[in-house]
Amino acid sequence: MDLALTLSRRLLHAALLILAVLVLNFLLIHLAPGDPADVIAGEMGGATEEMLAEIRQLYGLDKPVIVQLGIYLSRAVQGDLGQSFFYNAPVVDLIMGRIGPTILLVTAALTFAIVIGTFLGVLASHKPKGFLSGFITVFSVIGYSAPIFWTGIMLVILLAWKIPIFPISGMYDITVEGSVFAKIFDVLRHLVLPALTLGIVYIAQYARLTRASMLEILGSDYIRTARAKGVSSSKIYGYHALRNAILPVVTIAGLQFGSIISGAVLVETVFSWPGLGTLAFDSILARDYPTVLGILFFSALLVIIANVITDIIYRFVDPRIRTGG
Amino acid sequence: MSTVQQQTLPKSQHPFVEAVKAFRQSWAGLLGFILLLAVIFFALAGPYLYAVDPFEIIWAPLTAPGLVENAPLGTDHLGRDILAGLVHGGGATLFVGLTAGAITITIGILVGSMAGYYGGAVDETLMRLTEFFQVLPALLFAMVLVTLFTPSIYVVSAAIGIVSWPTTARLTRAEFLRVRSLEYVKAAQSIGAKDRRIIWRVILPNSLAPLIVSATLTIGVAILFEAGLSFLGLGDPNTFSWGLMIGAGREYVLDAWWIVTLPGIMIFLTVLGFSLIGDGLNDAFNPRLRDR
Repeated sequence: MDLALTLSRRLLHAALLILAVLVLNFLLIHLAPGDPADVIAGEMGGATEEMLAEIRQLYGLDKPVIVQLGIYLSRAVQGDLGQSFFYNAPVVDLIMGRIGPTILLVTAALTFAIVIGTFLGVLASHKPKGFLSGFITVFSVIGYSAPIFWTGIMLVILLAWKIPIFPISGMYDITVEGSVFAKIFDVLRHLVLPALTLGIVYIAQYARLTRASMLEILGSDYIRTARAKGVSSSKIYGYHALRNAILPVVTIAGLQFGSIISGAVLVETVFSWPGLGTLAFDSILARDYPTVLGILFFSALLVIIANVITDIIYRFVDPRIRTGG
Repeated sequence: MSTVQQQTLPKSQHPFVEAVKAFRQSWAGLLGFILLLAVIFFALAGPYLYAVDPFEIIWAPLTAPGLVENAPLGTDHLGRDILAGLVHGGGATLFVGLTAGAITITIGILVGSMAGYYGGAVDETLMRLTEFFQVLPALLFAMVLVTLFTPSIYVVSAAIGIVSWPTTARLTRAEFLRVRSLEYVKAAQSIGAKDRRIIWRVILPNSLAPLIVSATLTIGVAILFEAGLSFLGLGDPNTFSWGLMIGAGREYVLDAWWIVTLPGIMIFLTVLGFSLIGDGLNDAFNPRLRDR
């Protein structure tokens, strides 16, 4: 199928999903017990009468619900998700200031998990009943069962006590001065523990997945052909088989993006990483609903974008999809 | 002579009987089963064997384990007994896990079976809905739901159920698509069985194996969810749970490792129990995977 056509269909689909998330946000404000104006003000019963009147005016809360939805959507499309009365700033500005660190954390964890996970999986497929295979299986069940924030805290306790090499909180050290490189290095140092905590669960999963698909592929005809014509073992593993074995990992990583963001919320809270997760935590404590709903919207947006990117990567890795054959 | 005649065909067995036998041979499944029994016993019988109120302040705050007899596992930041917390916190954690798991599976099976059986427009609509729910990061969505409504163990369970059903729905749909075109379903249709009967009495029982595995894992995930929400301060503040203990001890991690570590181990062991049982069941239901 034509690339442009598929891509535009994907994008239209994504746009509809974004619209649906906005409608959900609107519904959540109205489904919550109490006066929607109160919910928007975010101070359950504490807002002044003037403030509430202003909100009612702004969101047309005296008009029929469908008109209100129209107002909400048209404001949202123009990039206005409301005002945070707690931070006294527009929600979109707040989120824009925090979304970068979250994207950095999630991409770092995911890259880390995919690279190490696939590598371990390929190694394990070499000896299907070997030590590494067993270790990966056990490790994935253990990693899957431990609460992610708890793993993070255990790392903090361990590293703060025994080997204090990596910082356990925040994203920068304000005492670090000098060149841009020194600052980048500082951020990377702070990134190690949160990214490791977030990635560790997925390393084992991806290793297990790669191992299983490698084993299946290594038994297939085209690999036997490659062996028969004398292709070296490392080339078979690293090129012929891996190319196909990595497809399920790409699919799963794309599907799991939402749960990785969920994990990031917890990991950010543990390591005081200044991203959307800590913002969500703080604004929930403050009952700052516009910000909380804004974060829900933007994180859904990240997942939608990640899904589109996964689609594109998938076409890139697997030529069969490109040619439609 | 007669020995030849006595060699009859092996007695046919119900697939589930076979599965139980296979499960008993899987060390993962057995270990999980024992682990889970121990946790359930600890959570149900514990409060009677160790009747100290987990909310009561019994000793100086942040006492380390093993220092005083009253608090064998130490005290938290308020001076409450950690052991009492562990003993009393399990019930709520298991309750939320089971309730949320049941809600997840019910919604998932309903949506997935309708989509898979009817196909066409029904399938299209339901799958769009599922996709929509999968786009929302589950924990954040659950956080929003719990914040908008008051946190109680019922709201927390419902919120976890509402955000986690899509996986079960997709699995059920896939199973229904597979089974739908088999001969015995055609046979049931041809003798005029109603849709409801075919869905619940014909297809569902034949799709149960992967759904049971997924249900086991779902309960484990729900327990992790509850722990996460409690850690963020969104659990039920009036019910003692392991997650609540971790949330409360969060600020004191570097001064008192035990407040967070011990309930975390309990959650880990519980979820591990469910995961291992899931693994064991998976092996038991899929004879082809057994030798892998």
